[in-house]
Amino acid sequence: MRNLFRIYLEKPELAGVALLVLLAAVFEAGSAGAFLSGDNLRGILGLLPEVGLVSIGVTILMICGEFDLSVGSTFALTPMATSLLIIAGVPALAAIVLGLLLAAAIGFANGFITLTFAIPSFIATLGMLFIVRSLTVVVSGGFPPLLPDDLTTGEFTQFVGPGGLFRASFIWFLATAFAASTLLAKSSVGNWIKATGGHLEAASAMGVPVRRVKLFCFMLCSVMAGFGGIIQVFRLHSPLPSIGDGLELQAVAAAVIGGTALSGGVGTVLGAVVGALLIRVIDNGLVMTQVDANWFKLAVGTLTIFAVVSNTWLRRTARRIKVAG
Amino acid sequence: MIPPLISVRHIHKWYAGVHALKGVTLDVQSREVVGLVGDNGAGKSTLIKILSGVLQPDKGEIRIEGQGVEITSPTVAMRFGVETIYQDASMVPTMSIARNLFIGREPLRLGIGRIGLIDHDRMRREAIKAIADVDLHLRSPDASLAELSGGQRQGVAIARAMHFKSRILILDEPTNHLSVKETAKVLGFVRGLPAQGVTGILISHNLHHVLQSCDRVVAMARGEIVFDKQVVETSVEEVSDVL
Repeated sequence: MRNLFRIYLEKPELAGVALLVLLAAVFEAGSAGAFLSGDNLRGILGLLPEVGLVSIGVTILMICGEFDLSVGSTFALTPMATSLLIIAGVPALAAIVLGLLLAAAIGFANGFITLTFAIPSFIATLGMLFIVRSLTVVVSGGFPPLLPDDLTTGEFTQFVGPGGLFRASFIWFLATAFAASTLLAKSSVGNWIKATGGHLEAASAMGVPVRRVKLFCFMLCSVMAGFGGIIQVFRLHSPLPSIGDGLELQAVAAAVIGGTALSGGVGTVLGAVVGALLIRVIDNGLVMTQVDANWFKLAVGTLTIFAVVSNTWLRRTARRIKVAG
Repeated sequence: MIPPLISVRHIHKWYAGVHALKGVTLDVQSREVVGLVGDNGAGKSTLIKILSGVLQPDKGEIRIEGQGVEITSPTVAMRFGVETIYQDASMVPTMSIARNLFIGREPLRLGIGRIGLIDHDRMRREAIKAIADVDLHLRSPDASLAELSGGQRQGVAIARAMHFKSRILILDEPTNHLSVKETAKVLGFVRGLPAQGVTGILISHNLHHVLQSCDRVVAMARGEIVFDKQVVETSVEEVSDVL
């Protein structure tokens, strides 16, 4: 029992992995084997990168002790800007880079406002949620522009891998997740991010540039959201101004389901990926087992509350029985 | 004549209209252990935050070995060999012991400046040595700091300061929330600083602790130094009277 607690304290995201395996088994049994079929997995994995990228960004920002509620809007504005640039004749690659720079600027604004005026990021980014969504609708001219037919987006959307199991976007997602994980777990900046969120005063007294660390995390979070949005728009082939609505809360849910602490300092990229995957699996599994899909939000909500309650309880209990010995 | 290791000259500090330090002047000789006492709001914390680079003085000068210096950040203070152990702001409870020891000064195996990939093997190895050097017995450098007692945490903070070869160690209320036994251990360590070539400044509310472990007592009140004597020439009663 002590060992279980120790493993949990060191790798809180493993609880999510266990739940994932359990749910997959339940859905597999409930759908008479359709859930784990190649076709269905292709559907789940095809959508995962979009919400997964947002979840990774939000998780890293939460670890440094801040929130971003504007990611859903950034998820819409970034590809909108990229699409309009492509339609105006800018080469696709340049348009993507410019779109991501715009996302970085939104993140910078979020961080700058939060830190300069010392207000909760919850409020600063709530304001940005409305501002950026409004801008998206305004620049779209009210109806979604169409990407040119001859635009090739295969680098992101084509099916690859054994049996065409996933889209190319999945590779981008894996590469990004790997880079983010290296940053967080293996680099000095990752150490500073955790220290900043774990105890701001201590980090600052030890010479960590806490303000710059937070600004960096805000910008990283927005760029990840923008990248997720671009991938979704390339899949849909049109930048709907409404995409990403409600995504900010799904990303927070994915983060906490994956073991990220709301108080900052604790969390992993793997946890964010597992959390996002769990949400996708629930969404898809309910359909596959022919449960009314309107139960989806109830399931995600229950899981979120359950994850936070059990994480809090486990952390407290583990500390009380002194697993350190 | 050898200049004082650290010399504070006519330092002033204002906070939003409050005159927190009113021209403080203090010389600390090399290998001296100074006990800094005073009530809350006397200016002790402000003074040590200036020495450790967390705050900047509004007026006045700081000299280290006779050279005028600008301690513009904690990193700069550390470069001058000034390490500070705060009562509760030295450690990040959610991180491992090894990571805590090297926050902001991670050993890198690849990187530019302070940014790069951490050399985890070296970090663990040096953490084990740093902890053993201060005679602290801990299970593993990978254990989370949250699992340690207050005294063990203070021990890790001390291990960090010694590992980075501090010349001037500032301890801000290091014995708060510690058991009697742990307190004795920390005070014993403070007493042993000169033997290790380290100069100490101990901030404490407890006059007995200061008289037990320091060479000299400096008392502050209302932003000024009001008392300054060698420990052998004074008593708890005399210091209490001026506070």
